[in-house]
Amino acid sequence: MANRLEIQDLWVSHEGKTILKGVNLVLPLGEVHALMGPNGAGKSTLGKVIAGDPNYQVEKGRILLDGEDITELTPDERARKGLFLAFQYPVEVPGVQVANFLRLALKERLGQEPPIAEFYARLKEAIELLDWDESVLSRYLNEGFSGGEKKKNEILQLLVLRPRYAILDETDSGLDIDALKVVARGVNSMRGPEFAALVITHYQRLLNYIVPDVVHVMMDGRVVKTGGPELALELEKRGYDWLKAEVAGA
Amino acid sequence: MPEDLKHIADDYRWGFRDEIEPEIALKGLTPETVKKISEAKGEPAWMTEFRLKALETFFKLPWPKWGPDLSELEKKLDEFYYYVKPPAKGPAESWDEVPEEIKKTYERLGIPEAEQKVLAGVGAQYDSEVVYHKVKEELERQGVIFVSIEEGLKEYEELFKKYFAKLVPPTDNKFAALNSAVWSGGSFVYVPPGVEVEVPLQAYFRVNTAGFGQFERTLIIVDEGAKVHYIEGCTAPLYTTEALHTGVIEIYVHKNAHSRYTTIQNWPTNMYNLVTQRAVVEEGGYHMWLDGNLGSKVTMKYPSTILKGRGARSEVLSIAFAKTGQHLDTGAKLIHQAEDTSGRIVSKSISKGEGRASYRGLVKVSPRADRAKANVECDALLIDPESKTDTYPYMEIENETAQIGHEATVSRLADDQIFYLETRGLSEDEAAALIVRGFLEPVTKELPLEFAVELNRLIELEMEGSVG
Repeated sequence: MANRLEIQDLWVSHEGKTILKGVNLVLPLGEVHALMGPNGAGKSTLGKVIAGDPNYQVEKGRILLDGEDITELTPDERARKGLFLAFQYPVEVPGVQVANFLRLALKERLGQEPPIAEFYARLKEAIELLDWDESVLSRYLNEGFSGGEKKKNEILQLLVLRPRYAILDETDSGLDIDALKVVARGVNSMRGPEFAALVITHYQRLLNYIVPDVVHVMMDGRVVKTGGPELALELEKRGYDWLKAEVAGA
Repeated sequence: MPEDLKHIADDYRWGFRDEIEPEIALKGLTPETVKKISEAKGEPAWMTEFRLKALETFFKLPWPKWGPDLSELEKKLDEFYYYVKPPAKGPAESWDEVPEEIKKTYERLGIPEAEQKVLAGVGAQYDSEVVYHKVKEELERQGVIFVSIEEGLKEYEELFKKYFAKLVPPTDNKFAALNSAVWSGGSFVYVPPGVEVEVPLQAYFRVNTAGFGQFERTLIIVDEGAKVHYIEGCTAPLYTTEALHTGVIEIYVHKNAHSRYTTIQNWPTNMYNLVTQRAVVEEGGYHMWLDGNLGSKVTMKYPSTILKGRGARSEVLSIAFAKTGQHLDTGAKLIHQAEDTSGRIVSKSISKGEGRASYRGLVKVSPRADRAKANVECDALLIDPESKTDTYPYMEIENETAQIGHEATVSRLADDQIFYLETRGLSEDEAAALIVRGFLEPVTKELPLEFAVELNRLIELEMEGSVG
């Protein structure tokens, strides 16, 4: 069961309310999957729980990373194993420069202090890819960033840290079309046999630029349908109601 | 020792102690003690008189009715040692002359390393006597005086007398009076007109005898158009008896001169730290206080600048870190006495556990200080639900043209920040330490690099096991 992120019958509650009700999902290394679904389906909760958010209680089920059960691990232990969550609402950390933060995070990712030359090579490459200016590196982490800049900064971290498995939680929300293209370019550049992504989105729009191998649809705390890229197009055209009816009828 | 105190003791990085027997140790606060101190130092009669009068003043002045609780200290005054002289003959000119035991202490504090760097002069104070003091030839050639306060009195008596206790007289406050009576150790610095001292002058000292109160006295004179940066770093080992530190720092910044005084203090958590720091800035001059306060049981410290001449400027940047059992009452004072003067106060405090950090500050603009500008920013960060902070900003504005800004924030270490950083591979402790470092950044970025590194290390230690 190596080389995959696997969610097995995951039940999760938050402040006494059950949100995930038996999620099953397999994300093999080398693939990009989209996770779609209506508001309140539990998509973002799933992303946070995979990353280890302590505000959520896992009632049942397991999360396996490359065959290892990580359900009980702390968020930083998961991160050091190559997991990454791009936040829907990235958090501001005043006084911490982006470059310093990235150096600390990369040190944890690599298990040792990155050679300065390698660190700067990674930074330079990422910044160019994102059409960004190096001045962002001396800004404080997300402080005073516009909504779009915050999302871009998540992708900057993705590019520098090079995780094996990335979850992108509605990275497209609030982005104009140009920013969307830049973000998509960043994610696409990571694609390859040693990388997998779970792209959580509400809209088909992002999937025009990050074309998924597989599309999952979540409803009421479960994955109710899995298909190819055409499933996203169908949802775009027909909405979620037909699927609700199909699930109810089954 | 209660478990949480033991934890603090274990944390205390430089809590080691040397086996050096003091030559003279004077306990108890009496005129006899004061006379003996003066005699042991071979002081002129006027200083002996000054000390005795200051002692009278100390007994006359009431204990402060505001701020942290000092009642325990009041009961213990006679238990402290007021003078300790280590068995060294006097300031040593070279490293070879410094006794082995003392050298060992310094090695653990990293002083020889500092010596190897391009430091202009290392004034290292061991207990109350400076045992090692070296001024690079370059400074001597420029006419810069950087000696122990005792040597300053002995060798430069006229200059000394002209400035000593003029800015902080014994009558200023109870602890200034105490210091004036029993002062011992500290630095005497004079920078002649137009001389710019390129590298910081550094003094290290530590308190090393149980129950011993250290009363350092520093006098810095920056003459017209001159420039200097004085750095004081202190660490002290931990003892079970309560220790007392009462310093007085006086700084004279003459016309168009530029001065900085940087200090990071990391006291043991049973120390009463009651310090008076004051600077006066003449026309066109500038002074910065950069003050980091860690440790101590009680700290009361409000670096003050009197903006006396037209266009004088000052900045007071400070950090306070209070943990359980600690009350740090710190702040700043800006006294605008002339037109076009400007000042800035940035105060950052962190309270952890049941620690309490208070900001107490004063901005005073006198009627003749037209167009005075002052800006006060005080930010508090609370680590735990039981942590405490309070703010006492005093404003006395007697001129309508003054522009005064005041901003105060209180924030809590946020779970979402911790989680965000954890998902990037940082442990909970590292995440908390990084958030704290970021919070302090507006102040620490003004520190010399090695100090910033040192402070960040101390913060990491202080933050260990703080969340979860």
